Amino acid sequence: MTTTLAERTAAARPPAPATSDPVLQVSGVTLRFGGLVSLCEVDLTVRRGEIHAVIGPNGAGKTSLFNSLTGAYAPQEGQVLLRTDAGTEHSLLGRKPHHVNRLGVARTFQNIRLFSALTALENVKVAAESGTRSGPLGIMLGLPRAKAEERAAEGTARRLLALVGLDDRAEERADSLSYGDQRRLEIARALATGPRLLLLDEPAAGTNPTEKRELAALIRRINHELGISVLLIEHDMPLVTSVADRVTVLNFGKVIASGPPSEVQRDPAVVEAYLGTSDTDSRQGRTR
Amino acid sequence: MSTLNDTSAVTAVQVAHLPVSTASTASTASTASTASTVSFRPARPSAEALAALRGHRWYERPRWRRLCALTAVGVLLAVMTGEQGSGADLLFSLRTTFTGTALWAWIAAAVALWAIAEFGAVPRRAVASGARAAAAPLARIRPALDSSPRLRVALVVAGLAAAVLLPLLFDRSTNQVLVDWVGIYVLLALGLNVVIGWAGLLDLGFVAFFAIGSYSTAFWSGQLPVKPPFELNPFLSIPVAMVTCLLAGILLGAPTLRLRGDYLAIVTLGFHEIIYLIAKNAESVTGGSLGVFGIPHFSVDLGPLQYRWGLDPLDYLWLLIGLITVLVLLFRKLVRSKIGRTWEAIREDEVAAAAHGVDTVKYKLMAFAIGASTSGVAGAVYASKVGFINPENFPLLYSVLVLAYVIFGGMGSIPGVLLGAALLAYLPHGLKDVVDQKDRFMYLGALLVVMMIYRPQGLLPARRRRRTVRTREAS
Ligand SMILES: Nc1ncnc2c1ncn2[C@@H]1O[C@H](COP(=O)(O)OP(=O)(O)OP(=O)(O)O)[C@@H](O)[C@H]1O
Ligand SMILES: [Mg+2]
Repeated sequence: MTTTLAERTAAARPPAPATSDPVLQVSGVTLRFGGLVSLCEVDLTVRRGEIHAVIGPNGAGKTSLFNSLTGAYAPQEGQVLLRTDAGTEHSLLGRKPHHVNRLGVARTFQNIRLFSALTALENVKVAAESGTRSGPLGIMLGLPRAKAEERAAEGTARRLLALVGLDDRAEERADSLSYGDQRRLEIARALATGPRLLLLDEPAAGTNPTEKRELAALIRRINHELGISVLLIEHDMPLVTSVADRVTVLNFGKVIASGPPSEVQRDPAVVEAYLGTSDTDSRQGRTR
Repeated sequence: MSTLNDTSAVTAVQVAHLPVSTASTASTASTASTASTVSFRPARPSAEALAALRGHRWYERPRWRRLCALTAVGVLLAVMTGEQGSGADLLFSLRTTFTGTALWAWIAAAVALWAIAEFGAVPRRAVASGARAAAAPLARIRPALDSSPRLRVALVVAGLAAAVLLPLLFDRSTNQVLVDWVGIYVLLALGLNVVIGWAGLLDLGFVAFFAIGSYSTAFWSGQLPVKPPFELNPFLSIPVAMVTCLLAGILLGAPTLRLRGDYLAIVTLGFHEIIYLIAKNAESVTGGSLGVFGIPHFSVDLGPLQYRWGLDPLDYLWLLIGLITVLVLLFRKLVRSKIGRTWEAIREDEVAAAAHGVDTVKYKLMAFAIGASTSGVAGAVYASKVGFINPENFPLLYSVLVLAYVIFGGMGSIPGVLLGAALLAYLPHGLKDVVDQKDRFMYLGALLVVMMIYRPQGLLPARRRRRTVRTREAS
């Protein structure tokens, strides 16, 4: 990962219309926990510049998919390819999480995992600095490069906090923020690593309607202004239909439908999957 | 019936049971409704009354239990401070304790304490408010220091001046202790603080690196049975010991830092034991349990700048103060930088840190290596100062002691660690003339126990510290 977020934003990509050129290609991924098949031959393609939603009932394997993409889980079969802008391909399976992140995949967590004793600004700075090169000696001796990197990280972090609307909360401890703010801080922190693909795991869970609308706008801005492809897990269907270009539906670890939101919603298999679950409420606005 | 203020945790628990007992006396039909409607607030009975209500016998009631406990503590203290045991007459110690007058003095003190605590609301309150008044200025120190950098600098300069100048007034043997125990162990605690306080890695074998540093210095001075290719100027042995320990830290850390906290503790424990046994048993390399003699003192020989450290402990004390000052400045910079932040992030949530591009193993390794090289410095100074070392200078106990110093002072806080290590390392020597020789470490232990109960965060805790050592993976 050589381009920083600053450079990427400065390069002012044109509002990326979704192209057919894939940024992430998942093929035949199978993940088993003992006898439990969490993902079964999952295929999924995220096109460059698109917002792609993954939906499905509880326990469908959505979070497992994210964990498999980011190196947290090791699927037994399949292939995950990440394409850079230049066209080189990296296989993501079997890589360490930090390595996957360096290749340009950042994520948020369904159950918020901020560094709770750190301030909002520090949370973002840690992520912004993870790719910088100065080592302990340079820092202890106060070499110019270390100082410059620190300044740059501070700048990036403040800009991102402003982007998600937390600039006036910068000095507050992460665990003192409201739930919605914590979710947005997670997004800012993920963006600070300068990703080309952002994975959002239920960013709207537990937020109120106003926050949901703001979140939809934020996701669109991230996609359009920063030119970052987004893979989004979400239970809130109105939010999904309003932001997603395409939707993939998982049920019991299998992909049962894929396509534009309007089509997918009419797909009989999808209707069946959702009505088939004992509790329809469970797919809306749960908090974890 | 005494006031309600002295109701303890015991009382609180019993109040929770109260609805049941009143329900049986009040003959209403529904137990549940009685419990929920009756308000106990206005006339909450004391623990004593409750116990009486339940028909407990007198010795089962809280007040008398407290008397028994305090008397037991009194007897324990009498035994602790009494005569030493003797191999020839096994019961000698107990017999003298139980026939002597000291026992009765202790018991009387315990009973008096109990009486004041139970019945003396007035004197107790006076003592409490007096203590609070006396402690009030202390409580203001921290905010004042936090808000005024100039005050902080002034305090640090004053402390440094005291550390440099006061030893001039002390006698030689005090200064020996200040070098061999206080200075060296402050340096070690400073290094261990990086590992445990900042990176959150439980290292139970830290003194192994101290041993490696000392033996490396002995090696390069040509005093070990194995000879170096060329002899180094003793002063150069400091950086050499640093690098040696750094490498040793990386060699040990690289395969083991992937382990979770509790396993790492065992591995480091084992590592210490291995180093200790090598020092003791590999006679042809380390000189075995006899140790190494004749390690030369430091000397600087750079044209016009010439200096030899000699027998006077003051020279070494000042050298140590210089080294500690430099390290404190460097470490301060480190912990406020991206590295300190990243360590904290890893302590908070390792999974999230890794997901944001942090190579967690690398950062842990870094902390491990920095800690190890700090103890390498301490080892080099120690070997040079005392001139002879043997395996008994590096037992496992010392690893545990350094850990205790860091925790006592306040993990992750540089002033805390400096103060904690200095106080605790000096304590056994300060007690030398006050208590029985053999009992000194018992008081150290008692102090640690009391401290961990009443102030587990340490003397001067880090400003922002939530978690202690991470021994379990975040789920
Ligand atoms: N580490 C694990 N060990 C064992 N089973 C797991 C593990 N992680 C996930 N699973 C199982 O895999 C299945 C899919 O879980 P996953 O968390 O991916 O569902 P999800 O689609 O994210 O559901 P939700 O909407 O509730 O977040 C579940 O049956 C779950 O129990
Ligand atoms: Mg999930």
